Amino acid sequence: MTKILEFEKPIVELYEKIEQLKALSKSGNIELEKEIQRIEKRAKKLKMDIYSNLSPHQIVQIARHPNRPDSSSLFRLICEKFIPLHGDRQFRDDPSIVGGIGTIKGQRVILIGHQKGHDTKENIYRNFGMPHPEGYRKALRLMEMAQKFSIPIVTFIDTPGAYPGLGAEERGQAEAIARNLREMSSMTVPIISFVIGEGGSGGALAIGVSNKLYMLEYSVYSVISPEGCASILFRDAKKADEASKSLKITSVDVMGLGIADGVIPEPMGGSHNDWKNLSKDMKKQIVSDLKNYKLIKPEAIRQERYKKFREMGEFQV
Amino acid sequence: MSIIDWFAKKQKAPSKAERLNIPGDLWIKCPSCSEVLFTKDLEVNYKVCNHCNFHFRLSPEERLLYLFDKNSFVESDSNLKPIDFLKFKDTQQYSSRIKNAQQKSKKHEAVTIGQASINNKMVNLAIMDFFFLGGSMGSVVGEKITKIIEAAVENQHPLIIFTMSGGARMQEGLLSLMQMAKTSSALALLSEKKVPYITVLCDPTTGGTSASFAMLGDIQIAEPGALISFAGPRVIEQTIRQKLPDGFQKSEFLLEHGMVDMVTSRPDLKEILFDLVTLLDPREEVKK
Ligand SMILES: [Zn+2]
Repeated sequence: MTKILEFEKPIVELYEKIEQLKALSKSGNIELEKEIQRIEKRAKKLKMDIYSNLSPHQIVQIARHPNRPDSSSLFRLICEKFIPLHGDRQFRDDPSIVGGIGTIKGQRVILIGHQKGHDTKENIYRNFGMPHPEGYRKALRLMEMAQKFSIPIVTFIDTPGAYPGLGAEERGQAEAIARNLREMSSMTVPIISFVIGEGGSGGALAIGVSNKLYMLEYSVYSVISPEGCASILFRDAKKADEASKSLKITSVDVMGLGIADGVIPEPMGGSHNDWKNLSKDMKKQIVSDLKNYKLIKPEAIRQERYKKFREMGEFQV
Repeated sequence: MSIIDWFAKKQKAPSKAERLNIPGDLWIKCPSCSEVLFTKDLEVNYKVCNHCNFHFRLSPEERLLYLFDKNSFVESDSNLKPIDFLKFKDTQQYSSRIKNAQQKSKKHEAVTIGQASINNKMVNLAIMDFFFLGGSMGSVVGEKITKIIEAAVENQHPLIIFTMSGGARMQEGLLSLMQMAKTSSALALLSEKKVPYITVLCDPTTGGTSASFAMLGDIQIAEPGALISFAGPRVIEQTIRQKLPDGFQKSEFLLEHGMVDMVTSRPDLKEILFDLVTLLDPREEVKK
């Protein structure tokens, strides 16, 4: 069953009422029919009103929706062929990061993504999509293989952040992320990234140093979680709502900052009920980009990426 | 821990109130061992407590004074200034936080860059300043770090960066996160040019700073007792819901786990830095 978010409740309640009335009206009561039509109209308007005026805080909830499409499922929906690959060859296979090799419209690709679960059991196994250093090292291993065999890289970002824990610190979480940033910058194969849900800080960026970055319409990308920001800067964890506004984290905001190259539209209210159509649009974007990059020399692909990040920053001279 | 140990530790805990109320600031109480120290003695001793080896935090000026040849420093890009482009307001407007920090430090930002020499050996240099908004990395810090890396790519002199930063500057939103990618990308170019890069990790080096240029040195040196981590201890304690072991995420812990090459006391740092940049620099070989 799909989880209903707090702000969706009035809509759901109206639709439930419509269903009840419909059951009653089987006898052909004309007055009742009219009433149903009236409520249906109201429900439609309410839906429009709510979904077209979502606050950043509400968008965060959609981005974290338990039924939101996950990396592994999207890989399978987008690729004709997909072979999952595992392990960092040093410590273990981190279930918070998935990857593999496949084809998209016949074109070879290496795909890498953060992996969340859809229920508690799966989420515990996936560590809620929060990788350990070995997850980032697995990602780097796959990217280096992509570079070796001249295969374009596609990454899906969906993490609350890199895992803050004992083992993660002992094994060099900071070093693992830093290394990925440096190594991704020098790849000569194209890298295309999508924020598919939550883009949480350095743990997101560690697979996001890309030529092209796309935000799904209801995804977010932030330097710190709104909750973290609220407790540190606002000194009140309950101010996450306010922090999510100030941080400028929605797809539209991230476009505005010049960090995202495009927004992939989603059905009104989010993709959690329609993974297939979303995957089609993502596929279209990947196919079109890969076609363009075929015409660009490897060194120019690297330079393009370098230049993009080199120009990021707002200051006064 | 016995209650007596706990109480002893509590008494030792560092706090601003520890500063003794004697006019002229002639004395200071060591936040680590509580010993009362002459400010003058402390300054002669590189601001290291001679009882317990506690390393006081330094300003960029103090580091230049202790570690580099006298008057050799030539600063660059000191004109870059931060702007409040998101109009970010938490308990305070970001623009007023900037103004306060600038007034207090007499500087525009949390990092100072330029060239200086150690025993007449020229190096490129960046020194972060925790006293300026927690040394946090926003657009200006990212830009200046990138500029000094680019200078090193150009002039081929070794690069030394002193890191001292709580991480990304949240008030600049996602653009502050992107500085991690920007600085790390520039280091890829430096590495290809085979110019030596040494990081000196000072207390504290965490978050977005540790997860980018701080951890990418050819050689990494930590000052004793520095907090060096990705996640802060408080965040980890909240996540795993248990107390962290003593010394966790401190320099010595990082040495043990293979994350730094050495933990070096401040009085020995200048000679070590000189030896390392000379030994690593391929151009020294040519000179012979
Ligand atoms: Zn002491």
